Amino acid sequence: MLPSSLHPMSSLHRRAVGAAMLLFATAGAATAQSSAPPAGREQTADQQVHHVLNRLAFGARPGDVERVRKMGVDAWIESQLHPERINDSALTQWLTRFPTLGMTGEALIAKYPPPGQQLVRIAARQQMAGGAASRRGTPGSAAPSLTREDSLALAQSARDAARVTAEISTARVARAVTSERQLLEVMTEFWANHFSVFTGKQQTRYYIPEYDALIRTHALGSFRELLGAVAHSGAMLYYLDQWQSVADSGRRTLAQPRVAQLRPAQRAAMRRRLTPEQQQRLDNLAARRPRGINENYARELMELHTLGVDGGYTQQDVMEVARALTGWTLARGPQGGGFQFRAEVHDAEAKTILGQTFPAGRGEDEGERVLDLLASHPSTARFIATKLARRFVSDEPPAALVERAAATFTSTKGDLRAVLRTIITSDEFFADAAFRAKVKTPFELVVSASRALGGAPDATPRSAQLVARLGQPIYGRQTPDGYPDVADEWINTGAILNRMNFGLAVGANRVPGASVQSWSVAKELRNAPESAQVDGLVRALFGGIVSPETREVLISGTNPLLTQVGAGADSLFATDDDPDMMTPPANARARVRTRNANAPTMTPAEARQAARRNPMATLPALTGFPKLVGLAIGAPEFQRR
Amino acid sequence: MQRRVFLKSGALALVTMGLSPSFLQRTVMGMSLPRAARGKTLICLFQRGAADALNVVVPFGEKAYYSARPQLAVAAPTRTAGALAAIDLDGFFGLHPSLAPFKPLYDRGLLVPVHAVGSPSASRSHFDAQDYMETATPDNKGTRDGWLNRLLAVEGTCEANCTPSSPFRAVSMTQQTPRILDGASPVVAMNSLEEFSIRGGGGDAAARLEALYRTGKADLVHGSASEMFDAVKLLRSANPLQYRPANGAAYPRSPFGQRLQQIAQLIKSNVGLEVAFADVGGWDTHVNQGGAQGQLANRLGDFSQSVAALVLDLGDRMDDVVILTMSEFGRTVRQNGTGGTDHGHAGAMFVIGGNLAAQRTVLGRWPGLEREQLFEGRDLTLTTDFRAVFSEVTARHLGGHALDTVFPGYGARQQEWLGLLPSR
Repeated sequence: MLPSSLHPMSSLHRRAVGAAMLLFATAGAATAQSSAPPAGREQTADQQVHHVLNRLAFGARPGDVERVRKMGVDAWIESQLHPERINDSALTQWLTRFPTLGMTGEALIAKYPPPGQQLVRIAARQQMAGGAASRRGTPGSAAPSLTREDSLALAQSARDAARVTAEISTARVARAVTSERQLLEVMTEFWANHFSVFTGKQQTRYYIPEYDALIRTHALGSFRELLGAVAHSGAMLYYLDQWQSVADSGRRTLAQPRVAQLRPAQRAAMRRRLTPEQQQRLDNLAARRPRGINENYARELMELHTLGVDGGYTQQDVMEVARALTGWTLARGPQGGGFQFRAEVHDAEAKTILGQTFPAGRGEDEGERVLDLLASHPSTARFIATKLARRFVSDEPPAALVERAAATFTSTKGDLRAVLRTIITSDEFFADAAFRAKVKTPFELVVSASRALGGAPDATPRSAQLVARLGQPIYGRQTPDGYPDVADEWINTGAILNRMNFGLAVGANRVPGASVQSWSVAKELRNAPESAQVDGLVRALFGGIVSPETREVLISGTNPLLTQVGAGADSLFATDDDPDMMTPPANARARVRTRNANAPTMTPAEARQAARRNPMATLPALTGFPKLVGLAIGAPEFQRR
Repeated sequence: MQRRVFLKSGALALVTMGLSPSFLQRTVMGMSLPRAARGKTLICLFQRGAADALNVVVPFGEKAYYSARPQLAVAAPTRTAGALAAIDLDGFFGLHPSLAPFKPLYDRGLLVPVHAVGSPSASRSHFDAQDYMETATPDNKGTRDGWLNRLLAVEGTCEANCTPSSPFRAVSMTQQTPRILDGASPVVAMNSLEEFSIRGGGGDAAARLEALYRTGKADLVHGSASEMFDAVKLLRSANPLQYRPANGAAYPRSPFGQRLQQIAQLIKSNVGLEVAFADVGGWDTHVNQGGAQGQLANRLGDFSQSVAALVLDLGDRMDDVVILTMSEFGRTVRQNGTGGTDHGHAGAMFVIGGNLAAQRTVLGRWPGLEREQLFEGRDLTLTTDFRAVFSEVTARHLGGHALDTVFPGYGARQQEWLGLLPSR
């Protein structure tokens, strides 16, 4: 996590007065809540419906508001807390189109070997076939010469590797858009971000499909079980280097390595059976074999996954936890395989962790006891409660609520459903100050637009690519802290521009999962007068709750504040015929050329290609209802939830 | 973090001050935008992930360096070692061979390394240490804004009764505003110049969007949007898309190289750029780091080619530019069990500029690498607080004052300055 998200924010809180002011609830105004907890729920019944659909779900789909209202807000919350009782078979069926989703990391590596491993195989084959020719070079160092078939296989392998990431990202967006188990998806996203792994780190990507599934399994279950599942997962073992962490030389290990159990004569005999190349490869492997602890996972386990950076551990604790976890590895290393405990590299000496003594020789169980200790620590309860309250209530959640949620965490031994219930049924959750207090993340923005327009799940990776382009690639956070969950991290001059372009792209029908053309609301309103169209959009996209300025601008196209002082005339924006505005970034060179030739900036084929690459790159002129949709999704209210 | 204050930005603010936004356009055309003292620019480049300082600026004169890193050490420069050895700087330190593009800069007095520099905090957490370096308040997590942002607020070249500063006064070539630029002063964050526009949507779509956000509200969403509309207009009038690098500078096609090229574009477009920031990852080399070749060598190659292209491209304008490179901490002296290095302590920085006082030298006091000389028995000991470098550059390059505000709890400790720049 970024420590910034722990900092108390400056309190610029102004109490919202009256219904209109309430709509001004802003990040600055709503982060700190008044010290006295609200007595009862401050939000109106309509606001509560809009609120739960934006917080416990990724926004309302057509018909959702009526459904929640009919069921009752509290009954709906309780049903979402029990996803196992909700039928989601349509989505499950739809997802069968992605073959990589149900596969283990081991199976994926076997089926789609990483390009690097392919190269090694090609090199080995050439060494065997080439004989004398290959012996001239330094063994193992010369790059193999590639045949045409080899090159094709390598290119295919790179595509296959990309496919694993594409399918899991596409599935995550599709689930968020269409799953009936919305709260489960919200929590899956939350935990996948809390236990963040990076698809770009070597082989990590192959383990992400099974990782995504295990997180969903435990997302509303027990924190200890979730923590344990993550600790045993190929994705985390690989991403934070744990699989390579072994006892320091000089430490007593739990068992002797197999080679060391052989008599020297046996070893020499084995070696004689190998060719010189094979002996050299064996020696190279031995030289590369890990020797010593790697603190990476042990540190993040405490700093990011459990205690929090101020949770009361020391550098000594980091090293001791790393020692306790030596031997937690993958059965076949980079070739894949599931979790394995290797006694011969486990540091079997005694350790002291957070003041508690761990006696020598406990082996694999020692790591489990470390996870027990961390999961039940008061710092963990507070850290997890704070992050959950920040996700569901506000960037700077009320301290009293965090305390109650932490108390639930402790008393239920980390029952996540119970902790969540404490937060999302609280008066703080339904306070005025919490309404639209959160800025949507890029993932939430794209998914909520799709849901609002009643979109079918997007089977192409384009929606997921849009999320990435807006700054939040799925499983694409390089550092293990996950994406920050505060407004400041998502809103700046560049980000707000991209969000407006995204809105216009939706209006232009360029976002596959959010089709204006097939939207039921569009069909109803297509021939209505403009003010009726605006009212319909405000109902569909904002739950009917919108500032008077936004409504006014949508209807008249002008902002009274701006026109009064004549500043509108200074608007220097390009019109449709301005080539600069119509040109995708990747084509900057081509643009200069064609402009000199006084030719159109892009051929239609180029434009289609550019639009596939980036739906926001170049947009046609919008008029009428589609333009209103573009403006509404680009409007300030749609950036909040 | 500190809430942004948007009151002084945006068209409304201009209007209340009797200026219309077209003022901005006129000034750009006439190249008379308000600028920092003598148009100085500071470029900060952050190597995120903790770059291995001992293999960046190699202490080849240290025996202990070679015994601690049997597989990772870079060979001392000799006639026979050639391209796989350190590039000699002063008989004791050498540059990693992938930093070859830095050698001519060093020889011409445009670049100095600073060694054993960093944060006095003992934290080995990437996130804490990056925060400390960006807030410039080690071990104090209560600081909400970054030092580059604070320096903009007090620098004093454009306060009180002068004209509004450029929206491009501070630019971060990143998706999100980094901590170092977080705070009250306006900052533009963007991935690339080309993406920085409202794209089509129909004749008045952009104007209508502008109207939706220019409602006089000063929260984060509305304020950022107002700044954005100003900046987009200014950038269009400066037309940086027609840019060609000068002096045959060839930037790598990497994201980092392209971002540095765009910083050069902004500087040469005279849009009033005072502080620029970019970052580059991939330095967290726990596994198979490599020595003269390999993972770290590849990162360094891209890094040095990009920076050298920027220097070449800027040419004479380097007289008004300082480039500072930084990374949150160094790495363990000893290689770990997986052919890499773990989180350490002191690191190294490069200071690059056309007007350096210190030339052809490696700055900082070298603490040695023998066991008893190491920090906590394992890491390079710190002898220069990074704030000594930051504050000297702030004062002597940008003419910043109120160093107590920019570097709270540190202030103006001139006795710790390294003499990087001539006194003004």
